[in-house]
Amino acid sequence: MSQLATAKPVQGMTPRRTTLWHEIRRNWVAYAYIAPFFVLFAIFGAFPIIYSFVLSFQQWNGISAAEWIGLENYVRLFADRLFWLAMWNTVFIGIVAHIPILGGAMLLAFIINSAAIRFKHFYRSAYFLPVVTSPVAVSLVFSTLYGVRFGLINWLLTEMGFSPIDWWGGSGEWIKPAIIILFIWRWLGWNMIIYLAGLQGINPELYEVAAIDGANLRQVFVKITLPLMRPIILFTLVLSTVGAMTLFDEPYLLVGVTGGTNNAGLTIAMYLYDRGFKFAHFGYASAMAYVVSAIIVAVSVLNIRFFGRSNTEA
Amino acid sequence: MASSETTSLTESRKAASVAVKRKTRWQPLLRSVVFNSVLLLGAFLSAFPFYWMFVLSTQSTQQIFSWPPQFMPGGNLVANYENMFTIIPFWRNFANSAFVAITHTTLSLLFCSMGGYAFAMYRFPGRNWLFGLMLATMMIPWMAGIVPWFILISKWLHWINRYEALVFPGAASAFGIFWMRQYIQESIPHELLDAARIDGCHEFSIFFRIVAPLLMPAFAALGIMIFIGSWNGFLGPLLVMQEKTMYTLPVALSLLRQDPRRGFDAGVLMLGTALATLPMLIVFLMATRRFMAGLTIGAVKG
Repeated sequence: MSQLATAKPVQGMTPRRTTLWHEIRRNWVAYAYIAPFFVLFAIFGAFPIIYSFVLSFQQWNGISAAEWIGLENYVRLFADRLFWLAMWNTVFIGIVAHIPILGGAMLLAFIINSAAIRFKHFYRSAYFLPVVTSPVAVSLVFSTLYGVRFGLINWLLTEMGFSPIDWWGGSGEWIKPAIIILFIWRWLGWNMIIYLAGLQGINPELYEVAAIDGANLRQVFVKITLPLMRPIILFTLVLSTVGAMTLFDEPYLLVGVTGGTNNAGLTIAMYLYDRGFKFAHFGYASAMAYVVSAIIVAVSVLNIRFFGRSNTEA
Repeated sequence: MASSETTSLTESRKAASVAVKRKTRWQPLLRSVVFNSVLLLGAFLSAFPFYWMFVLSTQSTQQIFSWPPQFMPGGNLVANYENMFTIIPFWRNFANSAFVAITHTTLSLLFCSMGGYAFAMYRFPGRNWLFGLMLATMMIPWMAGIVPWFILISKWLHWINRYEALVFPGAASAFGIFWMRQYIQESIPHELLDAARIDGCHEFSIFFRIVAPLLMPAFAALGIMIFIGSWNGFLGPLLVMQEKTMYTLPVALSLLRQDPRRGFDAGVLMLGTALATLPMLIVFLMATRRFMAGLTIGAVKG
């Protein structure tokens, strides 16, 4: 392999081209190995994404003939009150849930990683348990915990002297907190495991030096741990952005496809599902999918730019 | 000047460490108590819903909707079990989930290890470009093409109510290939392949006879992740499986919740949920270390 590379002829254009062709033919096995990904992605990934773009300029219910309507789907989308409400709900739930998720995960990982803790393996497993269970199962269990008249949480609240919470009623003001609590419960452990793995990769000598210099716990955390963890925080941030913006299973099961009272729990993915598959507004749903996906990709890229670059500077 | 600076620095260090020692005699204990109680509370909150799920699955609806809540198992397990079958064909749904998860995982492991192996071990024209393209596809959210995806599955492939719709799409995931590449790069030496080539071993047999057996730990770790993802998937089966007998467990459970004829039978619902969750709990508890080690390869070393 290396011999062939050094024996490359360097005379003119034609030999180089034949070398490239030769290289491609010589490595045909490698292309065969990566072919399944690119074939499956072309069929089930790239094609739907491109076709989605075309569909977003059409009006089609899947039965009658598709009608070209230009930008009308987008115009309607930006004037759609429910779309903006769903967008607001999704962003609100995502941000409010992720502050305790990422902060708490970092804190817990820091605690578990400290020398004072025994049974690390037990804690890691316990915190990770929610992630391996299906969002459907978890949502169903939580919907019994949230029971308004006989739910465990309201029982606890009344025992402690508070008034019970009307989770689904009123003006729907408790729907988002219900989804957020479930979301935190489910994803804290996953992020914690990722952060813990990152912490374990930090050279312990750094901590020893800091301890000799008399740095307190907070200083160690802010000056040593956080900067070294930046790439891993970036990784969780990107995944969290995508996860939060495409949130579907949990709210769908807790409050149903309309999002409950005043659509307070309607996320963008649920609205997309509702328009696309309940009402078969294929064109409109495609336009929505494009706008939301563009936002998600843009936020991910911004995350990478922001965290990625400052990491290389530091 | 420099030497006096260093001496004063070491002196201040000494002084500081003495101060730390004096101050911290009681501090480690306090810290340990606080840390441990926080962790214990968190672990309790993490695990409690599972206990609750199992308890409720043994209670009747009357017991569940009673005040105060009953924290001990009730005696209604058998009745709940029998009632469940009047709403959904539970074991059929269970078998659907198992079949889809097993075939999808097997196929994924084949494709991901092949792709990861090629990206790790071959230098071929366009490798970096193709690898970058593959990584970039990870940023695309599933919703981008979901409408045409459904049209493709239903109108052109006629895969509604067929397992193919859940087995093939996503069987070669970018994440899985990336993960396998990381693993292969670190664990398989190039010399091994060169030696096999000198012995006249065909490229395909090098991978399937020599490399693949060495990847068993990786297959286990990635396989668990893919299996759990497939077992728990909801939106895909919700769109594709439209007959009760073809539902996977999550879809069947969501039906238990909203069965219009019977209303909401909480005991039955919790029993179904518990039975659907149990296999994942067992898989996870049996292979926790491997699973978490696998999960972090992609995150930390990427």
